Amino acid sequence: MAHSTLQKLEKLDRRWVFLAMALAVAAPLFFKIGLAPKTTPPVKEFYDYIEALPPGSRVLCSFDYDPGSKAELDPMCISVLEHLMDKGHKPVVITLWSTAPALIERNVNLICRDKYGKQYGTDYVYLGLKEGREAVMVAMGKSIRATFPVDFYGTPVEQIPLMNGVENYEQFQALINVSAGYPGTKEYVQYVTTRFAIPLLSGASAVSVPEYSAYYQSGQLKGLLTGITGAAEYEALLGKPGLALIAMDGQTMGHFVIIAFILFGNIVYFFLRREKARG
Amino acid sequence: MKREIPILITLIFGVFMIVQFFIPHPAVNDIANRLQNWAIIVIAFSYVLGSANILRINGELVYRRGPGWLYKLVLVIAFFMMVIPGMFLGIGEGTWTNDRLFTNTYIPLASTMYASLAFFIASAAFRAFRVRTWQASVLALTAVIVMLGRIPISHMIWHDLPNVVDWVMNVPNAVAQRGILIGAALGAIATGLKVILGIERSYLGRE
Repeated sequence: MAHSTLQKLEKLDRRWVFLAMALAVAAPLFFKIGLAPKTTPPVKEFYDYIEALPPGSRVLCSFDYDPGSKAELDPMCISVLEHLMDKGHKPVVITLWSTAPALIERNVNLICRDKYGKQYGTDYVYLGLKEGREAVMVAMGKSIRATFPVDFYGTPVEQIPLMNGVENYEQFQALINVSAGYPGTKEYVQYVTTRFAIPLLSGASAVSVPEYSAYYQSGQLKGLLTGITGAAEYEALLGKPGLALIAMDGQTMGHFVIIAFILFGNIVYFFLRREKARG
Repeated sequence: MKREIPILITLIFGVFMIVQFFIPHPAVNDIANRLQNWAIIVIAFSYVLGSANILRINGELVYRRGPGWLYKLVLVIAFFMMVIPGMFLGIGEGTWTNDRLFTNTYIPLASTMYASLAFFIASAAFRAFRVRTWQASVLALTAVIVMLGRIPISHMIWHDLPNVVDWVMNVPNAVAQRGILIGAALGAIATGLKVILGIERSYLGRE
């Protein structure tokens, strides 16, 4: 191959890469692949833990992500709520991210109220946002009522039946955190699980999971969902195909494009180096 | 005294918060709870301070027609468009703030920003993953294996591929992550002690 052609290919205009990626992620909109990923142990353990909770268990859900991570974590949040509703558990939902309250409210209403027709205050509660990050996590260990004196709608927690007898983490059978970063799973492990002895299950964006896998291995996390793939595995286990399983097609194509460009880049590099060696 | 008093306050409260952890007495717990609530209030107030700072810096640039003043103007207008309706109309489901500004404007914008990462990652992978050295080869090979292993058809490519990916994540990755976590934790303890003992004073600002 001519040296100049190889040099041109090596400095390929990034817009070609963008175009290839755009076509790859858009293709599944027209041609469905529809493959479900194989269930991995962290996802199975997450699922089994919720299955094993006694019916009517009170579960604290901390959904901590922003609109940027919505595509990756919304399916997880929705599936978790569906699973809890299916099993008759009672979620008490909070968020520690200032850009999350409206996102989470929509999911809670969509699943608990509209899909399952549950009663607000008796079957589920949305306490909304409390700013303060780790300080809020620790404060909830002492008194949830003092930390969240009113729910998202301004109702005092004393008037909410599901909050009767709730003082701190001890009155919850599990803590589920869906997290896009800080504050999230890492802080819940560091400040809450070891100190207040509440089992923690985590769903996190794929980029955070390499860090959290150490916590999963040590048993500090009872289950771990990894990004959109973890959400898709969870949806498949629940038997409720949703947004994550649909997104797997786009992700598969996207990964193939990246791998193709890595290989292409290296082939060009190899030939260019050989040309240079020949002089 | 401007520096000594804050250092003394930090020392007293820092030592108290460490000691209270080992004294399960209601009176001590009560004081610790109160201090934690103060921390929450201070963090919440930092939002007010941050907002005021944004307005001051950007407002000044707009007034002086500084570089990029038009973008700053958009920022200031967007700030008031979110804050004022949010304060008076609420932020819950069905409100104008939620439906028009948050759901229909902010969410698509934020999602677009995040989604554009996929394009930049593809472009960066093309340029960065060149096997120039054996270390670069290991990095590129691992990246390809993990990417292949994270898609639904991985077991069709090779039935053991998902297991290989699990091994990569659970052994070399977890080992490195633990090292980083332990190192970071030791660093945090050292920094905390330096702040409490008044050795690290950067939080007080310049002399």
